[in-house]
Amino acid sequence: MLIELRDICKTFGPVRANAGISIEVASASILGILGENGAGKSTLMKILSGFQLPDSGSIILDGEAATIRSPADALARGIGMLHQDPLDFPPLRLVDDIILGSKGRLRPDRRRTAKEFRELASRFEFDLDPEAYVDALTVGERQQLEILRLLWLGARALILDEPTTGISLPQKEKLFATIRRLASEGMTVLFVSHKLEDVESLCDRAVVLRQGLLAGSEVPPFDTRRLIELMFGKEVPQSPHLRIARGGEVLSARGLCLDSLRLQIKDLDLSVRAGEVIGLAGMEGSGQAIFLASCAGLARPVAGSVRIEEREMTRASHHDFKREGVAYLPAARLEEGLVPGLTLEEHFILAEGRRGLFIDRRSAEIKAASRIASYNIKGRPDSPVEELSGGNQQRALLALLRDDLSLILVEHPTRGLDIESTIYIWSKLKERCAQGTAIVFISSDLDEILQYSDRVIVFFAGKVSPPLAAESLGVEELGRLIGGKGWEKFEEAVRA
Amino acid sequence: MSGDILFLGLAGVLASAGPVVFASIGEAISERAGVINLSMNGLILLAAMGGFAMALATKSVVLGFVAGAAIGGAVAGIVAFSSITLKQSQVAVGFVLTLLCRDLSYFLGNPIMGLPGPRISLAPIPFLDGIPVLGPLFFRQDVMTYLSFVLIAAAWLFVNRTRPGLVLRGIGEKPAAAYARGANVGRLRYLYTILGGAIAGLAGPIYSLSIKAGWKGTISGLDGIGWIALAITIFGGWSPVKVAMGAYLFALLQWLGLVLQAALPGVPSQVLQVAPFPLMILTLLFVNLGNAEWVATALARLPERPRRALARLLRATNVKPPAALGTPFEKD
Amino acid sequence: MRDSPGLKPLFRTAAVVLALTLTTLVLLATKSPPLAAYASIARGAVGSWSVGSDVLVAWVPLLLVTSGLLVTFTVGLWNIGIEGQITSGAVFTTWALRSFQGGSLDPGLAIAFAVLAGMAGGMLWAMLVGALKTFGGVNEIFGGLGLNYVATAVNLWLIFGPWKRPGVASMSGTVPFGRSYWLPTVTEQSRFAPIAVVIAVVAIAVVFVLIQGTYFGLRLKAVGRNSRAAYLLGIPTWQYTMVSFAICGLFAGLAGAIQVTAVYHRLIPSISSGYGYLGLMVSMLVNYSAALAAPVALFFAALNVGSIQLPIILKMDSSLAGVLQGTLVLFVLLAEGVRSRVMKKGGSRP
Repeated sequence: MLIELRDICKTFGPVRANAGISIEVASASILGILGENGAGKSTLMKILSGFQLPDSGSIILDGEAATIRSPADALARGIGMLHQDPLDFPPLRLVDDIILGSKGRLRPDRRRTAKEFRELASRFEFDLDPEAYVDALTVGERQQLEILRLLWLGARALILDEPTTGISLPQKEKLFATIRRLASEGMTVLFVSHKLEDVESLCDRAVVLRQGLLAGSEVPPFDTRRLIELMFGKEVPQSPHLRIARGGEVLSARGLCLDSLRLQIKDLDLSVRAGEVIGLAGMEGSGQAIFLASCAGLARPVAGSVRIEEREMTRASHHDFKREGVAYLPAARLEEGLVPGLTLEEHFILAEGRRGLFIDRRSAEIKAASRIASYNIKGRPDSPVEELSGGNQQRALLALLRDDLSLILVEHPTRGLDIESTIYIWSKLKERCAQGTAIVFISSDLDEILQYSDRVIVFFAGKVSPPLAAESLGVEELGRLIGGKGWEKFEEAVRA
Repeated sequence: MSGDILFLGLAGVLASAGPVVFASIGEAISERAGVINLSMNGLILLAAMGGFAMALATKSVVLGFVAGAAIGGAVAGIVAFSSITLKQSQVAVGFVLTLLCRDLSYFLGNPIMGLPGPRISLAPIPFLDGIPVLGPLFFRQDVMTYLSFVLIAAAWLFVNRTRPGLVLRGIGEKPAAAYARGANVGRLRYLYTILGGAIAGLAGPIYSLSIKAGWKGTISGLDGIGWIALAITIFGGWSPVKVAMGAYLFALLQWLGLVLQAALPGVPSQVLQVAPFPLMILTLLFVNLGNAEWVATALARLPERPRRALARLLRATNVKPPAALGTPFEKD
Repeated sequence: MRDSPGLKPLFRTAAVVLALTLTTLVLLATKSPPLAAYASIARGAVGSWSVGSDVLVAWVPLLLVTSGLLVTFTVGLWNIGIEGQITSGAVFTTWALRSFQGGSLDPGLAIAFAVLAGMAGGMLWAMLVGALKTFGGVNEIFGGLGLNYVATAVNLWLIFGPWKRPGVASMSGTVPFGRSYWLPTVTEQSRFAPIAVVIAVVAIAVVFVLIQGTYFGLRLKAVGRNSRAAYLLGIPTWQYTMVSFAICGLFAGLAGAIQVTAVYHRLIPSISSGYGYLGLMVSMLVNYSAALAAPVALFFAALNVGSIQLPIILKMDSSLAGVLQGTLVLFVLLAEGVRSRVMKKGGSRP
């Protein structure tokens, strides 16, 4: 199927997710779609697969204009999407999962479907038993199931969204063989990924999205440098790093092993000193979030140890960590960090802790007003927090922090914020560094990582780089690592 | 106790379980789609009263049952509207409705209380009721009891062996995935909630037109059946056959309670009567114990052998509720 | 987006009007005169000192239960098990009084201890629900429901078993306690104990202050609205859940104790009388805020008491009160749903 996207635009509030994107994909070809978090890849694919309607622009399939109103509509036209977390039904058997949603007689012929399934699976050398239950499958096997289902329903175009996250190497090789074979048989394949090596080895062409626009299109042989430049932009001259005197060790992780649904981190070692800023870089879901959580007692390590100022904290609860002076700021400000329905003043009261039985509203209001002023929050003590803008919510989260913290762990400190708020937030954070607080933060913005960190750690599919000095790291090198390239030198160093 | 009386008693158990079977399967269908219908208790009372009133007025038992089903569907429709369209708490609306419908049934039923009315009669199936042992048990019953047998089979067939039944399981499990497969989640949830209510609504007239004919108000013995149906739905793992087994077990325990009370006056009859509820709590415990973190850590401390055995036991007794039960579905 | 302040009361008034309309329609459907019915209820509630005091007698347990429920609602829980908690309190109180009866302990003290025992009993029953939820992951709705039935079963077993009246066990309950073990009432015949009213009013006042004015109350609110954020802010969420169950159980047990010592002077099969579920309705109607709880509870109590006469005077069933109460709460809930949906569609996102 020849797919043409013409001038697709989609806006969510103030954010222009797609600002006029035009792409053409021929049949029997594999198109790679690259871009950092927030570039607009997932929105574009949601539009193509029927989960969203574009604000403007058109989709043309095999020369005919098409309005795709729903995922079922898309599949009826032959476009199937394999989600990062496959949309399947864990308690069902494989054969039932396949039948669900398909058209046909009232009583589906399960035996015949199972037979057809077995034939299809053997054609691609998938080892799947139609009578098995979906929740017993690995992620890779669930992907295989979904691919088979889409094929069975007659898909002529396949969109794969970050398919190699969380599957083993043999499964990945099998997946790639399958994709190549499908393409050779006429399938149109769109391969969305942030992993440069995967795209470079698999795709016939690659397009790069950046900030809602099509930044460029490349053909093999791929120039990694060029791809990174398209994805992340050019080098930006940095302001000189402020040298802050380092203090004693605040956080120490030794041989840390973490397990999550999709990935495993093994043997992470890190030592953070007072006043230091460590930036955690990598695409979302590469392991940074679970590592950060484990430094706050919100994720339990499988092995290894976490120490705060020499104190063994590996099995401690989050509240124990708080008592040791560790603070954790989540990325979802309103869903995890603040309580909708309560006012700013009430948040300050909660953060302060108990002073007797009854709340002294008068003094609470005065304290709140002074905090609001010193953090420049556009709001009043009696403003409900859900009415604040994102930037002000983030300032509020900062204002809730105790004065004498030893470690601040923050997920995406400036996501979705304007320049002014970003600069202000970081100035406040740097103030804390000067007082001896260490900061570990996650960010998808490479400029932010390079500008504010003293050292950078890159995460890729559970692999963790050693801490790298930010001064000697450039956008290009950082982008390369985030995309999965250039990790050999670390592995060699470990072996040596 | 002679064999004849035993079988007569068991036949009676099957008949008295009829309303519970209808109510539990109706609730199971609604919950399978993702909507808890907490108004079950009041709904059944109202349907019982309304069905009897209709039968009294029209002298037609059939119309009485139709009225019961219609009332059940209507009340369930309010629950559906409030939870699916207005996205309000299913618990809140269901709870208010259960009290309101109960009071409505007592109030509206006041004028017809105690009046004799039409009732359905025993309808033995000519050849089959001659079969030794099973004959009198299964084939010398009334129409609604036969219908309850049919319902169990039909519900099982529908949920497990038809395309729409698969979709039903899908919308209660992962509505986002069902939507991606083309299911209109909202509309289907409406459909199955109302259908479940209508099926449960039949339970009411079975009482007022058969088991304890007439409308007796507060002493009808029907009050509480809705709560029991909710318990049995959970205990039966939301699957039609197991739920029906739960209903029969409950009816059996009720009967045993009466029988044993005469034989063993020391044993409290209340124990057997409230049995579904501790069973429901135990079931819920097992559902969640498999996932509880403290269980995982405690299990990890045990030596290999007992840990494996216990883990297998937990997995076997693990009954899974529809994952999206009680949660509203937003398209994006 | 701020929603216009005038809209909420508008929707609520519409709800009340709709409720009244529907109830009137129901009355007309049974060919009963609506105005006469309402008048009869009004007279039945405030027509004389006797019925007036009956209203207060009914108000006490309802207000106590509502006070407790407001605490659990604030922390985001549906404590349907409240009925069992009242029953449990009544059982414990009866047990305590039976133990003291005929003994050397001063009756006044005996009553006091018995009431405390009742509060402990209610608290215990509530914490069972809490433990099932916190450690067993059992939803408090079903845990509470199940335990309601268990409590009723225990109650019935005691009345017809170990505590039955000598001779024949009776539906009218256990042997009544001697006069000296009654909570002091206004006159010999009346069931109205002023001290009970004082206790109930103090209870709602305590809950109001607790929720609005203390650190504990603010933390409860935080846990109820966003337990994840509350946890990250340093609040031990499961402990707050357990404590609020305990507090609610305390109030429920107190209600049960008063029912035994002041109203019935014995344990009866339906000792909780549906006050628990009615309290849930009152809480929903006042939108879980303590300010209006007392008047609304009084109104509901008046409806209940006022409709007692209906069967005698107008040959109507007294469940008309329940119909009024139910339609009110139902329409207020639906109106709130419609309002928030209209707001969402009309407004634009920032």
